Amino acid sequence: MNLKAPHIGLFIPCYVDQFYPNVGIASLELLEKFGCKVSYPLGQTCCGQPMANAGYERDTEGTARHFIELFKDFDYIVAPSGSCVLHVKEHFPKLPDLEKEHRAIHDKIFELTEFLTDILQVKDLKGKFPHKVGYHASCHGQRGLRLASSSEMNGTPFNKAKSLLENLEGLQWMTLSRTDECCGFGGTFSVSEEALSLRMGKDRLDDHEQHQVEILTGGDMSCIMHLQGIASREGRKVKFMHLAEILNQAIQ
Amino acid sequence: MSHPQAATEFLKDQAKAKWHDETLWFVRDKRDRISKTIPEWEDLRNLASQIKENVLSKLDVYLEEFEQKALQNGIQVHWAANAEEHNQIVLSILQKQQCTAIVKSKSILTEECHLNPYLEKYGIEVVDTDLGERIVQFLNQPPSHIVLPAIHLKKGEISELFHEKLHTEKGNEDPAYLTHAARLHLREKFLKAKVAITGVNFAVAETGEFVVCTNEGNADMGVHLADVHIACMGIEKIIPRRKDLGVFLRLLARSATGQPVTNYNSHFRSPAKGKEIHIILVDNGRTAQLAREKFRNSLKCIRCGACMNTCPIYRRSGGFSYGSTVPGPIGSILSPGLDMKKYSTLPFASTLCGSCSDVCPVKINIHEQLYEWRQEITKTHGELGKGLSMKLANGIFKSPLAYKISGNLMRTALKTLPKSLIYHPINSWGKGRNLPETPQESFKDWYQKNRK
Repeated sequence: MNLKAPHIGLFIPCYVDQFYPNVGIASLELLEKFGCKVSYPLGQTCCGQPMANAGYERDTEGTARHFIELFKDFDYIVAPSGSCVLHVKEHFPKLPDLEKEHRAIHDKIFELTEFLTDILQVKDLKGKFPHKVGYHASCHGQRGLRLASSSEMNGTPFNKAKSLLENLEGLQWMTLSRTDECCGFGGTFSVSEEALSLRMGKDRLDDHEQHQVEILTGGDMSCIMHLQGIASREGRKVKFMHLAEILNQAIQ
Repeated sequence: MSHPQAATEFLKDQAKAKWHDETLWFVRDKRDRISKTIPEWEDLRNLASQIKENVLSKLDVYLEEFEQKALQNGIQVHWAANAEEHNQIVLSILQKQQCTAIVKSKSILTEECHLNPYLEKYGIEVVDTDLGERIVQFLNQPPSHIVLPAIHLKKGEISELFHEKLHTEKGNEDPAYLTHAARLHLREKFLKAKVAITGVNFAVAETGEFVVCTNEGNADMGVHLADVHIACMGIEKIIPRRKDLGVFLRLLARSATGQPVTNYNSHFRSPAKGKEIHIILVDNGRTAQLAREKFRNSLKCIRCGACMNTCPIYRRSGGFSYGSTVPGPIGSILSPGLDMKKYSTLPFASTLCGSCSDVCPVKINIHEQLYEWRQEITKTHGELGKGLSMKLANGIFKSPLAYKISGNLMRTALKTLPKSLIYHPINSWGKGRNLPETPQESFKDWYQKNRK
């Protein structure tokens, strides 16, 4: 470990902590492989996104205050979730006494892939992952954090996840028919609009299957939890891994 | 019916829902391809958004300038504070003309004001002349899309309808044949109407003229054959200068249908000799929306419908599921301003995916406004249960210990409870999805063992 390296606070979203500890482990190990000094503040809970998206941002003051206090002294905050990062940046309620701290956090919190590509400037990764991989662009990462160019807009195409994965030996990046359509998770949407949510998820899975995807990956376990839930109920063959898991496994 | 109920209903016919999704995706894809042939596309969007920003900040000034110029051009200008006033003005013009049959080209505003049923009450026959609108009018339905009013119907259904209403051959689904039958039918109506109503796409403050965009030429046909032209316009349709039109005309058709330009962009400036042009400037909730800081820029909308075509919810639930005149994402941020209670489920009919905002030619931050409407709606119409559980959740998440206890409890519960309980019918997650397998330990447990 490089002791002069900036100190990173690892933010593991609550549902990842509870349901997908392996994604947390992969994120931590991956950052350490790149020589980062990483700490996981034990007091962390949830960023408050489910409440805010349901219309109760005003009830998340305690949650937001707790988050800011816990993470404000790190050089960077990194999380394996575009959605939670976007929430911390955009949807914390106004806390007049912590405005400065929140502004600072806004600028130093990163989703894992963008931290690798933009801050660590990772290029030409050496590693091996001989599989056909389909990428699920989670909307909050895609259009909120601009982790990839969105199909609606007219600009130079880019995709930060792809730039990390495409050089891995044996990895085949399978291009989908609809490259960045929503999977229908949407937090409480997944239960309040259950029928639509399921239909959207099935349509995404069909797109991956029609393009011979073996492993469906992405930067947000929330979308993957939803897609995996449908796939496992329906006995579909496609497998699921978070980007951090692929990278951590591929790079030795 | 709430949006989730209507969507569930729509999705019962899975094959039709899939067809609906693919049909609208085709339109969105066409829009994507043509917009990418314009290198300055994103600059155009910025420019359009800024022009509209300027309009909204000086709406009163531009409207008065427009009125003055329009009057000079010989146009008769009327002001309507709401739908009722708008409808009364139309009726009074018709009564003065002793007119009992009118033709109308597509106008979402007259839908918003429910003009047709109002006039019919007074014995006036209203014929919508846009093909799609005529089709839904035959069915006594509202449009399901603001640009493609009959997009929810398949060829076969239209063939059957025309067989019944226009006596076309049974089972003939040839679009050219059906369109021809509609043309003959409409021609008769055009020739009889003394008054023609149109909407307004853009009104130019500096010249007092207005522009109507159609693909079928039905607005022009109606107006030129009638003695009196009534144009109904929402007050946000104003633009400052004629030269601003170029920006919007380049964006409108490309965003709407993926065409380079609408077939007819007709400018109306002054009435021909012996004829009359009336324009009705309608507020109907627009100034109230203008006063809502977070939602005012929803008034930038040029009604292209691109947000509907791109919306994964709209495509899979259909326009009627919204129960509002303007459906889809833009409707979901406009309608709560008109009646928050009635439209309270609409801002939740979204995953906040943001595609609507990226596709919008005037860069309305639609998905952010959906989020903001949620915050407003829960203040006045939040179901108590949801409110309480959210407060409880905040109590858990601001306290690490409470979070740990409840997290451990949850994982243990999921492991030990019988499947029949976890996948109980009231648990809508479990209807079509499994829950993730529950791990032995949380990441936090692992970290404490391995890194501390």
